[in-house]
Amino acid sequence: MGNVIGIGAAPKRKEDQRFLTGRGNYVSDIKRPGMTAGVFVRSPHGHAVIRGIDESAALAAPGVIAVLTGDDVKADGLGSLPCGWGISDAKGVPMKEPPFPMLAQGKVRFVGDMVAFVIAETPEQANAGAELLKIDYEVLPSVVGVLEAVRPGAPQLFDDVPNNICCDWELGDKAAVESAFRKAAHVAKLSLVNNRLIGNPMEPRAAIAEYEPGTDRFTLWTTSQFPHVVRFLMGALVLNIPQHKLRVVAPDVGGGFGVKQFHYGEEAVITWAAKRVKRPVKWVASRSEGYVSDRHGRDHVTEAELALDETGKFLAFRVKTLANMGGYLSTFGPNIPTNLYGPLLGGVYTTPAIYCNVKVVFTNTVPVDAYRGAGRPEATFVLERIVDVAASEMGIDRVEIRRRNMIPKEAYPYQTPVLVQYDSGDPMGCLDGALAAADVKNFGVRKAASASKGKFRGLGYSTYVEACGLAPSRFAGRLGARGGLYESATVRVHPTGQVTVMIGTHNHGQGHETTFAQIVSDKLGVPFENVDIVFGDTDRVQFGMGTYGSRSLVVGGAALSKATDKVIAKGKKIASHLLEAAEVDIQFESGKFSVAGTDRSKTFEEIAGAAYVPHNYPLEVLEPGLEEQAYYDPVNFTYPGGCHIAEVEVDPETGTVTLINYTAVDDVGTVINPMIVEGQLHGGIVQGVGQALFENAVYDEGSGQLLSGSLMDYCMPRADHLPMMKVATHSTLCTHTPMGVKGCGEVGTIGSPAAVINAVVDALSHLGVTHVDMPATPNRIWRLLQNASLPVAAE
Amino acid sequence: MQISFTLNGRPTTVEVEPATLVAELLREQLNLTGTHIGCDTSQCGACVVHLNGLPVKSCTLLVPALDGATLLTIEGLQGAPGSNRMHPMQEAFREHHGLQCGFCTPGMLMTAIALATEKPGLTEADVRHGLEGNICRCTGYQNIVISVMAGAAAMNAAKGE
Repeated sequence: MGNVIGIGAAPKRKEDQRFLTGRGNYVSDIKRPGMTAGVFVRSPHGHAVIRGIDESAALAAPGVIAVLTGDDVKADGLGSLPCGWGISDAKGVPMKEPPFPMLAQGKVRFVGDMVAFVIAETPEQANAGAELLKIDYEVLPSVVGVLEAVRPGAPQLFDDVPNNICCDWELGDKAAVESAFRKAAHVAKLSLVNNRLIGNPMEPRAAIAEYEPGTDRFTLWTTSQFPHVVRFLMGALVLNIPQHKLRVVAPDVGGGFGVKQFHYGEEAVITWAAKRVKRPVKWVASRSEGYVSDRHGRDHVTEAELALDETGKFLAFRVKTLANMGGYLSTFGPNIPTNLYGPLLGGVYTTPAIYCNVKVVFTNTVPVDAYRGAGRPEATFVLERIVDVAASEMGIDRVEIRRRNMIPKEAYPYQTPVLVQYDSGDPMGCLDGALAAADVKNFGVRKAASASKGKFRGLGYSTYVEACGLAPSRFAGRLGARGGLYESATVRVHPTGQVTVMIGTHNHGQGHETTFAQIVSDKLGVPFENVDIVFGDTDRVQFGMGTYGSRSLVVGGAALSKATDKVIAKGKKIASHLLEAAEVDIQFESGKFSVAGTDRSKTFEEIAGAAYVPHNYPLEVLEPGLEEQAYYDPVNFTYPGGCHIAEVEVDPETGTVTLINYTAVDDVGTVINPMIVEGQLHGGIVQGVGQALFENAVYDEGSGQLLSGSLMDYCMPRADHLPMMKVATHSTLCTHTPMGVKGCGEVGTIGSPAAVINAVVDALSHLGVTHVDMPATPNRIWRLLQNASLPVAAE
Repeated sequence: MQISFTLNGRPTTVEVEPATLVAELLREQLNLTGTHIGCDTSQCGACVVHLNGLPVKSCTLLVPALDGATLLTIEGLQGAPGSNRMHPMQEAFREHHGLQCGFCTPGMLMTAIALATEKPGLTEADVRHGLEGNICRCTGYQNIVISVMAGAAAMNAAKGE
């Protein structure tokens, strides 16, 4: 008999056994009888008109079964890929929302845009057939950068989207900000680029679809973070498949980071194709294919201004951003640089007036959508960079200026001027903790030691807050969400007392099978080993919105907590009957139902058994069975935050930046499993370090070609790039989630880019350097040092 | 062509097209799907297996290279005879949370075991340098490095027994 392993413990992960022994079940591992192979033919041009497609040679090739194109999609009357958010400008005019066909119709708008799908007996034959497809393109000029895309005379992606602007969005009190700027003693200004990123989960995307004519049912296995949402978007809005005839399964998924939280055209094409060819169809992306089709992240060009009084108090903050949407609107696309960006510009500071204007712009690039952090890293980067600029210009210490403006612990709940109200937090506590853990007081000694070797050492801070636990449906609905953002959980207690949980979130590395089992073990007093978590299958799990926005524990865990409460309530009714006591007198503690003030009790297992053997049951008031379901919709976002401190060394000979030390003290609320939380922080931080130092998705302006299209051209962080990081938590409890949890999946990626770049700028500040755009590659730093009095611009 | 080799300790003969990659043979023909394919440029290391005791990226190796050779994949790793434990490196990854999504894990383990076998007394720098050809997107590598050092120590201790 195993033990209860509850909240705060760090059991080893339940999911590890299968992954460690090579017995995971990823989509690409699945084989179906009679399976065919599909290959997508993608546009090699950034922008072109499709004059015609000649399928004859491809269809005649050995093994080729079918070729599908945009004309077939049109002939079958299928829908366009839907966008889940509809934002509006300040006058309430809705965003421009051109159709996003699953296979291009008439025109292609980015390198990688899907033109045709070739199905054959084997992947080799499908590839050979694809080579024989003759597509006649009339190539048009491409535009890939946001600055270029909004210029007069720029290539236009859509006839009815003037100047390529999807939406001119704004937030905040413009007049109050202007008035504050007029009174300012100092105004700090900063122009910056938030570099375009490619998520690169290690498992490439893949899908298999199957159609059963006998039942008229479809099954889609897909590398998705949200199978129920795929079922709804694809079934109801694209393919017109009734929900009860469509099963979507996302089994083991090898990392997501946002890349797999969208409904992709590939999923729809494959599902549609499976019925047309009457055989299962499988597609597995190559890594190179992922580079030109996985949704990209970030890609902002921003101008920011911070108004301060003579003591360094922030009076107002004004931000103007051009955000790249790529060639079409992806599932969450327009929501990311607007609703998940503007409301975070208050940071952990008391800035009374904030105004943000974001122009959301179409370009001939892969659609841009959420990538780990999604909007909040961009906001944090702007704010934490300009705070350093202001401190430097006013001659105030960078820690001191933060302290002067920080929201004190006792001021929570704190209403910001940009919609959100922080429920709890202690940014000063996180800052003090990080200063001590990073041994900042001896930094001077380390800097001198570096200098003696001819190296420049710098220290950078980022004191940040984010909004996660997506999301209160009511709030999201006001901001343009076209769906709800609750979560659901079912707790099924078997007659033997073992428990199966069906939950709508999706585990793709976060350790949910362990964390959620701890919650159940803790609340029901059942052994940890007696709890299994089921997710990722629309036929097994009631419903769910999936995993993204650090929502799984915050929203899904809350639904689970609520469902276990219902199980306990039902258990009390059963115990009241069995123990012949009033229901109000039944107490539940440590896995036992007992009558208050007596030694009469029943174990959880006894109650579970009785629930399924209802002899002598008062059936008129008590149903047999012990299974409860709960939906949870949060009342507010949660607001994790913290302080990150990066220490870097710059080699002026080569321009190489080495990350020497990294310290993070984060407030993630209640910690269920500290081992897993630490792992999430490590991984998140390194993804942010990747953005700051290594990663950059680069397009060629005229042709629209992606120049960083493989792991050899796009630099991912590797083991030898990194030091041992110090991470710790300094938690205040969330006041509105059932367990006080805040979420931890994205904090690392949100806090770290600013800390690293602030450290790089600090290391070079004696040369007059005031800003460095990301990524701070050796090339960029070396050029900067050759011309040290000028700020380096994005290349 | 017909190829005979030792796979995870068992004599194996397969009929296979010579242009097949070892990773494809394992995954598609032999149903050993623990060896993963994460890229197409030999960069990610998810496909690492041991060929005659040395780590190789099976996504860039054609099947004729197997003829007469000994191949060890993730499915062939074993703990001490008679124990119900996994290989010490697998145990170390579980103990130190050296994996999250699990996709890079088989390749990481195969590389780590080769590193530990090659050089007893690995330093942190040795491990970081040795894992340069294996990409993980989830862990930030910290717990992988800790796991490899612990697993290597356990392998050495077991050898000394």
